[in-house]
Amino acid sequence: MLIYLLRRFGLACWVALCVSILTFALLHFSIDPAIAMAGEDATSEDIELIRIAYGYDRPVWIQFGEWFLRAIQGDFGVSPYFGLPVQDLILDRMPVTFTLGALSIVFALGFGIPLGVLAAIYPNTWIDRVSLSVGVFGQAIPNFWFSLLLMIIFAVQLQWLPVSGSDSIWSYVLPTIVLGTNAIPPIMRLTRTGMLDTLSADYIRTAWAKGLPPHIVFFKHALRNAIIPVVAVASIQAAHLLGGSIVVESVFALHGLGMLAYESILRSDIPTMQAVILIFSAFFIGFSALSDVLNAYFDPRIRVQ
Amino acid sequence: MAEILQSPGENPADELTPGQVLRQRILNHQGIILGCLLLLIIILMALLAPVLAPHDPYQQVLLNRLKPPAWMTGGSWTYPLGTDHLGRDYLSRLMYGAQISLLIGVATAVISGVIGVGLGLIAGYFGGRVDQLVMFLVTVKLSVPTILVALAVVQLVGGSLQVVILVLGLLLWHQFTIVTRSVTLQIRDMDYVTSAKTLGLSTSRILFTEILPNIANQIIVVLTLTMASAIVIEAALSFLGVGVQPPLPSWGIMISEGKEHIFFRPWLVIIPGVALLALVLGINLLGDGLRDVTVPQGRS
Repeated sequence: MLIYLLRRFGLACWVALCVSILTFALLHFSIDPAIAMAGEDATSEDIELIRIAYGYDRPVWIQFGEWFLRAIQGDFGVSPYFGLPVQDLILDRMPVTFTLGALSIVFALGFGIPLGVLAAIYPNTWIDRVSLSVGVFGQAIPNFWFSLLLMIIFAVQLQWLPVSGSDSIWSYVLPTIVLGTNAIPPIMRLTRTGMLDTLSADYIRTAWAKGLPPHIVFFKHALRNAIIPVVAVASIQAAHLLGGSIVVESVFALHGLGMLAYESILRSDIPTMQAVILIFSAFFIGFSALSDVLNAYFDPRIRVQ
Repeated sequence: MAEILQSPGENPADELTPGQVLRQRILNHQGIILGCLLLLIIILMALLAPVLAPHDPYQQVLLNRLKPPAWMTGGSWTYPLGTDHLGRDYLSRLMYGAQISLLIGVATAVISGVIGVGLGLIAGYFGGRVDQLVMFLVTVKLSVPTILVALAVVQLVGGSLQVVILVLGLLLWHQFTIVTRSVTLQIRDMDYVTSAKTLGLSTSRILFTEILPNIANQIIVVLTLTMASAIVIEAALSFLGVGVQPPLPSWGIMISEGKEHIFFRPWLVIIPGVALLALVLGINLLGDGLRDVTVPQGRS
């Protein structure tokens, strides 16, 4: 297990390095950063001045090396738009996104697992069909539109919840539903197939034969085994939730990392953009490594590959 | 003896060719039928827009701003779905918007399909170090936050239809590679591939005429699902003001413009959203259904 962990960690580091090179290059070749920083009314002398002052006149790989070495020490430079160190901005916004992410994954598990279990216990009934349609809709509904729809129903028509902002815990309700709904389908499907598989296993037949009551068979014997792959997928979904947070936080004006990303993109604020992309990729890499490790922990066959 | 030779579950009375079996399965699959129906409606909307659209989608009639749809009080059949904040006919914009969504979906899926299938074929067929390299690329790609990078690059380069298609095409190829690779791995050692090799066919000939046709089913499934994600991402980018630019009637732009009037005219947001949902739902149902029916018997 230790060897597997070390190898997986090594891979994660390589991936992180490649992703940061890739995204750094992508942004630098998309636009001249000096022009982006100078704004629309700048003269060519202004742009030259900025180019030299910020070191944009040097070769890209030197810029990358310097940026990367500072970034891994937690120094992402100063945001030209916000006028603050980028790392302060990020630390300031992180709690909102973490709260939203945690609430959403709890919401997704809280609906996905019971729906999947019910669908497996009563296959080919109306319960199964309802959970199937929830899955199909959850997968197809565009999250920005779903946000607006919930806003229209619960904030505008019924006036139960605030339209936007991040002042109170109530502001998190609608964004949580939107983001969580995105993650329900995979969790539900995996739970359903896992349960169906285990329910036909021999040890379940034995459990029935012993005369155990249904709730013990379903929850203590079957669900325990069926839930293993769900845990790993939940970790991947957590990473996807972060990606969705950009859109959802922007719609609800929730001041988290996603909103920071959107603001920095609208203002062509390259240092902030780069930092946020790095942070998001790091979470993606971290969560998928976590998912692999969880799989390997539960299923020793994977470790020896 | 004859019984033993027959594979179980097959009735000798109705001998069907694989093609007939597939056709029957498709016609019996509710999801595929519903998906095709939804998709067909949207495709007709897009193709017939120049003929059927009641008005010019760009023509502004400021006196007729923000008219409600015909079935609501104050609405009229001159503007069946009402008008937007600039007095443009909503139904006409919706129909022309279908063209944009479909174009983005198809073009993106083709670009990412070429990249992804190419990489997958190479990785699956050659294996070894090549395979490791390609799979590493896929891992790197999977760690790139798609929406964030798409937003950033499109904003920096400047939003337009071509830029959105190109950027999404470069960001959505991984699923093709994963599927193509795993199927190629399964069939590269089959007898007919080995005999093609013995005959001395060139590698590219084997890849394109022997292997590619046999993985077409799986690729079509990925194609549909990639189309759906491209359409949703385009709508999201345009909604956030960083995709296709106004006055083009992208559904994302229509939703974003309708958002200003969410308090008193919610239909401005609801109508284009329903169209978007119907399109994505249709494509997903079709894709999921095709995956169900193309899986060989007994493996579903």
